[in-house]
Amino acid sequence: MTGSRKKTGLVFFPAFDWAISATHPEREERLLYTQDQVFEEGLLDLDNIVEFKPGLATIEDINRIHICVPDANRVITQSHLISAGGAITAAEKVMEKEVDNAFALVRPPGHHAMRIVHGARGFCNINIEAIMIEYIRRRYGHRKIAIVDTDCHHGDGTQDIFWHDPDTLFISVHQDGRTLYPGSGFSDEFGGPNALGATINIPLPPHTSDEGFLFVLDNLILPILDEFKPDLVINSAGQDNHYSDPITNMSFSAQGYATLNDRLSPDIAVLEGGYSIESALPYVNVGIILAMAGIDYSHVTEPDYNPEATRQTAQTSRYIEQQVAAISDLWKTRATRRDALVKGKEYLRRSRSIFYDTDMISEQQEETVRICNECGGLITIRSEASTGNRIFAVIVPGRGCPVCRHKGEEIFEETGTGSYHHVYFQDRDRDLFLVK
Amino acid sequence: MIVGIDVGGTHTDAVLLESLHVKKTAKAVTNQENLIESLIAVTEEVIRGENPGEIERIALSTTISTNAIVQGKTDRVGLILAGGPGLPPEMLAIGEDTHCISGYVNHRGIRVAGTDPREVARIAELFEGKKIGHVGIVGKFSTRNPALETEIGDVLDGRFRHLSFGHRMSGNLNFPRRIATTYLNAAIWKTYKAFVASVMDFVDHMGIGAPLHILKADGGTSSISQSLEYPVGSILSGPAASVMGILSLTDGTEDAVALDIGGTTTDIAIFADGVPLLEPLGVTIGGHKTLIRGLLTRSIGVGGDSSVRYKEGRITIGPERAGPAAAFGGPSPTPTDALILLGRTDIGDKGKALKAIREIAAQAHRSPEQVAQEICDLACRTIVSAVREMLQEINNKPVYTVHEILEGKKIVPAVAYIVGGPAGPMAPYLEKMMNIPASVPGYAEVANAIGAALARTTTEVTLLADTEKGEATIPEEGIQTAISRNFTHQEAIDLCMSTLRARALRMGAYEDTLDMEIVEDQVFNMVRGMGYTTGRNMRIKAQVKPGLVAAIKEEGGQ
Repeated sequence: MTGSRKKTGLVFFPAFDWAISATHPEREERLLYTQDQVFEEGLLDLDNIVEFKPGLATIEDINRIHICVPDANRVITQSHLISAGGAITAAEKVMEKEVDNAFALVRPPGHHAMRIVHGARGFCNINIEAIMIEYIRRRYGHRKIAIVDTDCHHGDGTQDIFWHDPDTLFISVHQDGRTLYPGSGFSDEFGGPNALGATINIPLPPHTSDEGFLFVLDNLILPILDEFKPDLVINSAGQDNHYSDPITNMSFSAQGYATLNDRLSPDIAVLEGGYSIESALPYVNVGIILAMAGIDYSHVTEPDYNPEATRQTAQTSRYIEQQVAAISDLWKTRATRRDALVKGKEYLRRSRSIFYDTDMISEQQEETVRICNECGGLITIRSEASTGNRIFAVIVPGRGCPVCRHKGEEIFEETGTGSYHHVYFQDRDRDLFLVK
Repeated sequence: MIVGIDVGGTHTDAVLLESLHVKKTAKAVTNQENLIESLIAVTEEVIRGENPGEIERIALSTTISTNAIVQGKTDRVGLILAGGPGLPPEMLAIGEDTHCISGYVNHRGIRVAGTDPREVARIAELFEGKKIGHVGIVGKFSTRNPALETEIGDVLDGRFRHLSFGHRMSGNLNFPRRIATTYLNAAIWKTYKAFVASVMDFVDHMGIGAPLHILKADGGTSSISQSLEYPVGSILSGPAASVMGILSLTDGTEDAVALDIGGTTTDIAIFADGVPLLEPLGVTIGGHKTLIRGLLTRSIGVGGDSSVRYKEGRITIGPERAGPAAAFGGPSPTPTDALILLGRTDIGDKGKALKAIREIAAQAHRSPEQVAQEICDLACRTIVSAVREMLQEINNKPVYTVHEILEGKKIVPAVAYIVGGPAGPMAPYLEKMMNIPASVPGYAEVANAIGAALARTTTEVTLLADTEKGEATIPEEGIQTAISRNFTHQEAIDLCMSTLRARALRMGAYEDTLDMEIVEDQVFNMVRGMGYTTGRNMRIKAQVKPGLVAAIKEEGGQ
């Protein structure tokens, strides 16, 4: 325990009537035992814990961050509007200073949803944290924001959305992509040319335990945050690093999660994955809530918790130490690396294949960004999916410079629908979303 | 004939109802030192000259338990907690006689670690050494599996005057509240038992053989003998009597707000489609949040006798009461004095009311009439804003399904029922501010006693059926029974309803007014491993709704 009591907001929305399918991990039962534990512990009766009903996010909130194909209504259900709305409610309560911090314990999750959305990937349709972040900026003014994604799976959707944004630091710590979905999140994925270093990936070997996670936190994440100086810290609080999770291979515990949360001290936490619904989630969530509220969490342990049995090997510890050193070095040399990357270039282009495992859709995408020293840079995207949809999108970043905006407007005007089903124009500063 | 008695904080009232008409009423000042004496006085008065054989039922509400708790006149209680992981033990303890022991069950009711009988025996000796006679035994998730509590009870059995078990208090989850409820139950058990014994002696003495009922916090009754195991259920029956009284005098079926404007406070309750709303988890008393099923009421410190002051350029009302209204010889001006001055009522001495209001008017440099109007407006505004706040809270209560978020019912009162001393004079102002019609029912002065007389027997049961575990539990009845893997949702509902019926009848309910309903019904498929369905987890809660055996057949009110 490092802190004193804090007033913590809790937005709890277990969506007891929503599932991807009857036996899917993302189903009605997922937060049932968490609810039981949170209720039985009486946490909502504590003076410094307040529960809030989630609001509903709007289509405008989604269009501020995503390009949904063909449109937002076709890729979401009401439950997505509530979980994104829950994250927004949590943020509002913090921004309005009604509480010191807040936890959106909501489902369905969002961190695999990328900027372009043709369907669901990794159980996610829309990115609830990203929607929340742009809502905060729209409503309360520009903020430097850091997201620390502690889900076991690489937060590839959040990474994609903020890849070119120098004011959003995205740090993902996850099980090594060579051993787990989505197979990305290597340390050389380090941000776009205008935002190099604003994406930090920390892949960890299978069976990393509390010791390893906390080592990474203390020796890499916290020092980088100190340097970045964010106005807000957001925890993408996936809970599938737990030793009992059925679809991952890590050895993190409820004590570990609570300690991490205590030291990270996020302003807002948003639930992501975590599918050990009976053995892990009830304890991990109680631990996180107590840590956020500054209440002694040392008595929160899983019934079968045995730190000796899950402790990582010495070899794993050594490997993690090397990883941390290498990534620290990357971070420290980010300026010179950027210079080398952009030298003499006006635009940079990347082409990717993206697979939507939940909806079995594949997408070919070509993304072009203008090299810009003034802003995150104008982005244009060509995308074609196996659904047959072909689209083109022009994205003017937040705090966009006049040159990037002007060029973006020109391109949007010149581009006819022609071979595209739709052409989109998204301008964050003016909160503009046009479709033709 | 039915006799209803309300032993209130200030007055004790009794009514005698014949064929649902008020035949007689009686009122006495409550003797705080000897409640039973006040009870006997009013009861004797209403049944004088009647044939005791014609009395079908006696129902009473009493402040005995509430007083004991609020005044701290309770017995010393030893608490044994089997909590397992969670909040630190020091946040759970109530008093120095709390002992946390090893052993616990988890959220599914699976025993993770057993208790140690030697550890329990050592604590029992410690309690005996301290001459503790009442013990509370509370396990985390004991509603899901009461076995640990029962085992602890077996070690203690016969060594103490009374044992209170956590799982019997309520089927709701909330360990700290279960601890507080069990503690209070143990702490008032002896006081309550002595009170019940006196009442039963008196009734016997009068030659009345009719069933004797006690009003509970949820606005329903229980037979007095059944209430002995769960005395804590009878706390806060005063506000419950008031709400049920309003219901009996109006018998509405719409959304409504009920105001009981007393001397010191105004109590607010809300009806949804004519049924009074219950606290979601349980009532709060003496600083303890509990699992005691109770009507949702809010009390604010504004009443007819609240002290009015002039401070820093502003008129303030309450929350304290310095005495009766100035018009009745009290020390300071009150809203009642303002109402007298405005000609809304002709009680008391108008000259004294004017003199008291004039003091404030001089400080405020306004006319006494202006000040009287301001006092009246402020009192009404304070009440109305508390009503709005309460409605907002109810309508914003978190819900956990997409369906409820999108379709959730909102309560919009169509009428305000107002009782209490200043009800009549204040009603026109309140009506205007709330923009809904106000109704002041007749017989409001004995509404509480009528409410007690006509309240039906209520109760609830909570069923958890876990087909993977092959077990169903209904903690309120101590039921823990094996079920087959194919146990169906319909079977679960049937078990829940038949248990509720049996419990209600045992508590004294009438077969023909058993208005039972399911209040929660959730079925979850339990999936383990890679998509393998291992069972179903069903959660059903059913209740007998708070309501009346019949409504009063009297035309009255304004």
